[in-house]
Amino acid sequence: MTTERKRTYIWEVPVRLTHWINFFALIAFSVTGLYIGGPYIHPYSEQSYTMGWMRFFHLLAGYVFLMSIITRIYWAFAGNRYANWRVFLPITRKQREDLEGATKYYLFMSKKPPYAAGHTMCAGIAYFVLFLLFLFQIFSGFALLSYGSPGFFHLILGGWLNSLMGIQAIRFWHHMVMYFIWVIALIHIYLATWLDSVEGNGLMGSIFGGYKFITGKEWE
Amino acid sequence: MGEAKSGSIYDSLRKKGVSRRDFMKFCSLMAATLALPVGGAARIAEALEKKQKPTLVWLEFQDCCGNTESFLRANDPTVAQIVLDILSVDYHETIMAPAGKQAEKSLSDVVKNQKGKYLVVVEGAIPLKDGGVYCTIGGRTAHDIAKEVCGNAMATIAIGACAWDGGIPAAAPNPTGAVGVKDAVKGITLINLPGCPANVVNLTGTVVHFLTFGSLPLTDSMGRPLFAYGRRIHDACERRAHYDAGRFVQAWGDDGHKKGWCLYQMGCKGPETFKNCPAQKWNQGTSWPVQAGHGCIGCAAPHFWDTMTPFYKRLENVPGFGVEANVDKFGAGLAAATAAGLVVHRILRASKKEKSSEEEK
Ligand code: SF4
Repeated sequence: MTTERKRTYIWEVPVRLTHWINFFALIAFSVTGLYIGGPYIHPYSEQSYTMGWMRFFHLLAGYVFLMSIITRIYWAFAGNRYANWRVFLPITRKQREDLEGATKYYLFMSKKPPYAAGHTMCAGIAYFVLFLLFLFQIFSGFALLSYGSPGFFHLILGGWLNSLMGIQAIRFWHHMVMYFIWVIALIHIYLATWLDSVEGNGLMGSIFGGYKFITGKEWE
Repeated sequence: MGEAKSGSIYDSLRKKGVSRRDFMKFCSLMAATLALPVGGAARIAEALEKKQKPTLVWLEFQDCCGNTESFLRANDPTVAQIVLDILSVDYHETIMAPAGKQAEKSLSDVVKNQKGKYLVVVEGAIPLKDGGVYCTIGGRTAHDIAKEVCGNAMATIAIGACAWDGGIPAAAPNPTGAVGVKDAVKGITLINLPGCPANVVNLTGTVVHFLTFGSLPLTDSMGRPLFAYGRRIHDACERRAHYDAGRFVQAWGDDGHKKGWCLYQMGCKGPETFKNCPAQKWNQGTSWPVQAGHGCIGCAAPHFWDTMTPFYKRLENVPGFGVEANVDKFGAGLAAATAAGLVVHRILRASKKEKSSEEEK
C-alpha cells in the first residue's frame, strides 16, 4: 500500500495550550482535591500549613483551569474546522456514519480504523461529555468556595448552584465527578496511543506540534 | 437616661431586684449579640425603660421540647429573670399553670383581645398529610391552630429546626407530611431561628431587636437573622488553625483529639453550617459542641437530618453499593475497572492482530 502523506496543520496553538493546561490542572486538582476531601498526609509539626497550601493550589489551579476553559470555548467559535464546536456533536449524516464506524472499530466489529483528520466522532462526543463535567466542576467548585467567601463574583461563577443543590450533595458530586474524569482520561490516552500505532499519522505527536501526517483516507 | 416609666420592662425588673448594673450588662450582651454599633446598648436600655412587656404565646407541635429546655435553662439568674420578664408568657404548654379547657381559653383570649399585638413562638413541625391529623391539640390540628394564632400575631418566631423546615419530623420519608411554619402559614411576619435547639440568646436578641427598633432583624435568603446565622461556623471556629495546618483528629480519643485538633475528618459539618455557636456558645458561654470535642452536625442547616448525615463522615455514601461504599472506594473502583477493561481490550486487540496477519499470509 503506497500512500502519500501530507503534513497538515490540525491543532492550533490555543487547542494545544488548553489541552496541556488542563492536563496539568487535572493532576493538580486530583492531588490536592483528594487531600481536601480526606487528608492523607499528617504532618505533626508546629509550622505545617498543609491544608492551607493544598487549598491554595487547588484554588490556583481552579482559576487557571477556568481561564483555559473560557479560552477553549472562544476557540470553538474562532478556531479552525478541527476546533469548531460542530465536531463535538453528531450533526451531519457523515458524522453519524463516522460514529458508527469508529464505535464498531473499537469493539472489534470492523477492521477499518476511523481515520479522522481531527477528532473521531466517538472522541468528539466523549469530549463534549467531558466538557460538561468540566463545567460542573467549575460551578460546583465556586459554589463551595462561595460558602466561605460570599460575593458577586463567586455567586455568578457557581454560587447559584447552592439554591439548586444542598451543599453536601455539591461536595459529593464535585468529588465523584473527579473519578468520572479519570475514567475518560484513561480511555482517551489508551485510544490515542492505539490509533497512533495503527494509523501512523502522527496522532500522538500532533498534540505537541500541531501537525498530522494525513494519508488521504481521512477525507473519505 | 431618664427614669423608667412605671409598668415598663425595666421597672418590673427593678421591682424584682435586678440591679442597674446587671440590667446594663444584659443590654450590652444584647447589643454585642446583635452586632450593633457603639451606642447600641444605650438604645436598648432606653427602649426597655419605656416599653411594656409584649405578650408572648409559645406553641408546641411536632417537637421534642428541646427549645423550651434551652429557653428555660438560661440559668444565669439575671439573664433568666430578664428573659422571662421581657416576655410575658401567657401560653406555654410545658410551663403554664392551667390545663385542659382553661389553657385553651388563655390562648383564645390572647388571640381575641390582643389581635395584632402579641408575639408567637412556634416550636415543632406542622404535619399537613391526611388533613393534619398527626398532631392535634384540644381536637384542633396544629395547622389550624398555627393559621389562627400566627395569622393574628404581630410577628411569629419559628424556633428550632423543626419549626423552620420540618426538621426531624420531616426527615425522609416524612410520614406525616411535616413542614415548617414558613410553608404551613403564608403571608405572616416570620423570622426563623433554626438549630437543634436554637440558642436562647438569639431568641432574646430577636425579641429585644423587635422592642428596640420596632422591626425584626435583617434576614438571609432562608429567613434567618443575619446577626446569628450570617457567619459560617468553620470560619469562626477555635480549631480552625489546626484545620489550616493539617492537624486532624483521626480517631476518637487519639492524640490529636486530646490536643484539641480539628474534627474535620471525624465528619464535622462546621464548613457547611451558618450559626453563631463559636461566639455565643451554650450554657452561658461555657462551651459548644466543637469545643467539647464533638464535630458540628449542622443542625442549623436546611433539612439537616437528611443532608448532613452520616454525621461522622465527610460525605454521604454512594447509594446502592452497601453501607461502606463511600465515594472514594466507589471512584477508585470505577477507575480500576476502567483500567482493567482497557487491559482486556489490549489483549483482545493483540489476538485479533495475530489473526489478521495470519490471514494476510
Ligand atoms: S472543627 Fe469543624 S468547624 Fe472547626 S475548623 Fe475543624 S472542620 Fe472547621
